[in-house]
Amino acid sequence: MSIASLRATFFEECEDLLSKMGEGLGRMARPDAPPDMETVHEVFRAVHSIKGGSGAFGLTSLVEFAHVFETVLDLMRSGKLAMEVVAVQALLRAYDVLSDLIDVARDGGAEPPQMAAVLMELDLMAEAGPGGGTEDDVFDFQPLPLELPDVAAPEGGGSSSPAVYSVTLVPTADLFACGHEPAALLRALAELGEVQVMADLAGVPLLSDMDLGRPRLRWTVTLSTFASHEEIGAIFEFVGNLAEVKIAANPSPAKAEGDVTIAGPADQAVSLRAVEVSAPKAASSVQPKPFAAPAAVPAPPGENGATALPMTTTIRVNLDRVDRLINQIGELVIMEAMLAQAVASAGLRDHSDVSTSLDGIKQLAASIQESVMSIRAQPLRPVFQRMERIVREAGDATGKQVRLIMLGEATEVDKTVIERLVDPLTHMLRNSVDHGIEAPSVRAAAGKAPQGVITLSAAHRSGRVVIEVSDDGGGIDRARVRDVAEERGLIPAGTQLAPADIDNLLFLPGFSSKQEVSALSGRGVGLDVVRREIQSLGGRVTIQSAPGEGTTFTIALPLTLAVLEGMLISVGHEIMVLPLASITETIRPTPSQLHALGRTGRVVANRGTLVPIVDLAESFGYPPITDLEAAVLIMVETDEGRHAALAAHAIHDQRQVVIKSLENNYGAVHGISAATILGDGRIALIIDPREIVESASCDPTARPLSAHG
Amino acid sequence: MRQTILQATADQSDVVAFRIGEQDYCIDINVVREIRGWTPTTVLPHAPPYVMGVINLRGNVVAVIDLAARLGLGNTQPTPRHVVVIVTFGHQTVGLMADVVSDILGVGEAELKPVPDIGCDTTRAFISNVITLEDGRMLRKLELSAVLPPRAGERP
Repeated sequence: MSIASLRATFFEECEDLLSKMGEGLGRMARPDAPPDMETVHEVFRAVHSIKGGSGAFGLTSLVEFAHVFETVLDLMRSGKLAMEVVAVQALLRAYDVLSDLIDVARDGGAEPPQMAAVLMELDLMAEAGPGGGTEDDVFDFQPLPLELPDVAAPEGGGSSSPAVYSVTLVPTADLFACGHEPAALLRALAELGEVQVMADLAGVPLLSDMDLGRPRLRWTVTLSTFASHEEIGAIFEFVGNLAEVKIAANPSPAKAEGDVTIAGPADQAVSLRAVEVSAPKAASSVQPKPFAAPAAVPAPPGENGATALPMTTTIRVNLDRVDRLINQIGELVIMEAMLAQAVASAGLRDHSDVSTSLDGIKQLAASIQESVMSIRAQPLRPVFQRMERIVREAGDATGKQVRLIMLGEATEVDKTVIERLVDPLTHMLRNSVDHGIEAPSVRAAAGKAPQGVITLSAAHRSGRVVIEVSDDGGGIDRARVRDVAEERGLIPAGTQLAPADIDNLLFLPGFSSKQEVSALSGRGVGLDVVRREIQSLGGRVTIQSAPGEGTTFTIALPLTLAVLEGMLISVGHEIMVLPLASITETIRPTPSQLHALGRTGRVVANRGTLVPIVDLAESFGYPPITDLEAAVLIMVETDEGRHAALAAHAIHDQRQVVIKSLENNYGAVHGISAATILGDGRIALIIDPREIVESASCDPTARPLSAHG
Repeated sequence: MRQTILQATADQSDVVAFRIGEQDYCIDINVVREIRGWTPTTVLPHAPPYVMGVINLRGNVVAVIDLAARLGLGNTQPTPRHVVVIVTFGHQTVGLMADVVSDILGVGEAELKPVPDIGCDTTRAFISNVITLEDGRMLRKLELSAVLPPRAGERP
């Protein structure tokens, strides 16, 4: 494994850890949920792992920042710093900086500008906590903050001086078998007072005679403590008879002499892992004897969970392999369909063995296909978590109080779709904060809570993923939208428009209704970009708005980009596929609807608009359709909002088709976006409506709403 | 088994020989992936006349070229008796349609003769060498890079 690939793995892990952190911080920030220590631990471990990894790659600024972050988290998890709303807000900001820093470390670039401010904030928090700044040492396995008495100078005598006990611990094999850890016991003793631990190595045989199953090490602990005999005994309560424990009050403390004194954290004597990561200073102390082997007994997770990643049940697989599998399954389904056809034409009885087995295979193939598709599917959670930050920042920038509620983050969508969802969603959420949610004063006047609520939800609905962004703001100001659209010449003045039509004007290119251009949205790129992006994913955006109650944007997306919902149509002698996302309706024209325009141009009057007809057969170089009344007109709307009626010979079916590239083995074909394989094994071409409409239109500035009749 | 028949040696390469009309052609065996019977193709719009369309080759979309048309020997009316030789050249997989596959032969380096200087350029541009066989036939070795259709973007 090269350094480069190790680095790549590290950044992949960082992604995972960041998403865990984001989740944890999200839980901590929730006002209604009680603070949960386990969550803090989780966040802490994630930061610590990032720090450890970045240290290995020499990413200094990342290490430094993570260190400060970790310090604050540690104070919080040890209860020295209250988990207040303000503190959690600061942690969230630190989280943003941390993820930026990771991006910088991976892709290069400048450190995030807000880093200094956040660092200072964290430092202040750390100082506010008692004894701040040094606490994190514990987790670096540096020599412990336990102050051990000098070898030669144990305290003795004095009326107020602590009592001295001598504790001997002789573990049996069963102690380890039951999962006990002598180190934990010794550590517990160390918490009671000052300890000197002596390991008795006399019983340790030569390495060649070693029996790992039999413990040989024994310990004598000299403990000076104010604790009572009972308190000491309580530590060994669970040990029972798994080890021989003697606790004796010792009036004259034994001189700690000899070469085997383990001065320092007891866990170094036992845990191999601890030794591996311990600071150089610890390395000079006595190394653990071979007896350390039983330390394979897992250490308590809370102690060194920082180095041990939580167990996950996932594996990383190259996407190519998954795609190959998907390809092969697609083949299987096609073969199965061909076999079914062959069986049908062989004239076998309906309930013959062959037919029933074939049915079984059909079901199996379908379920395999579904399972394989689900391999590529990933939860929307990471994208949603990024949105949390977007809303936070947008709220800060506009001075509005906004709370984001996320629902259905676990909804799974194809990986490629997820990647391309980030930009449109970012835009929509900024838009919701900027235009949707009102300023606190306005909200108060309308009798609403000052804090606006944006709900981001995802759900599967009839084979598609539906994502909704809804706010409880003022709704769309339709009169304003109309004015703006008329002002910019997007619609002719005085056009009759239904409320829904006015709402849809927001998606027109060049529409930006905000009077002053804010830093957030309104930079000329608006919802038209969102719509284009979503449509390029094969999805649709719709908008619903109620004045005074809020606005809801709904995105409906296909589950995967590998499959397309299409309509099978006949063009000439060929079967072709038209993406369903672009189709608005299909009609069989009557003679009165058809009009000739110019020498060759033809238009169809439909619902009060005149739509140009594009003959698909002609576009693809087949004999043109002469009798339009016998043809089917498919009304399409392209990404740019351009309308056209595509003429085809017939419509057959509507189904999901697997997209196959034409470009791999042949090249791009004008008007064709890809190909697919039909049930009988033949290839059908998938039409690109945008290219067809564009090449057929002589007037590139034609706008949808300018033709009304 | 082929090896025992052909006794391939270092300076010998194997070729797949096929017939188009009355002429014998061959291509290097290393580029051949499989040979299958002709099946109806899906016609590609705006394609050059020698591109018959695309077929489904185990889930891949593969274009089929009518070699007769490509070599300027006239268009073929395909029947199920015609063969499609699937070749992989570079990253591109293409099917070449011929009348019949006749042979698989070992051809020595020395047997490869330069193309005689003839007037007909259409066919000549696609041939790299000719090989005369003992039975008097002449094999024309195809230059694949010239035969295959230009890639995406190179077509207007």
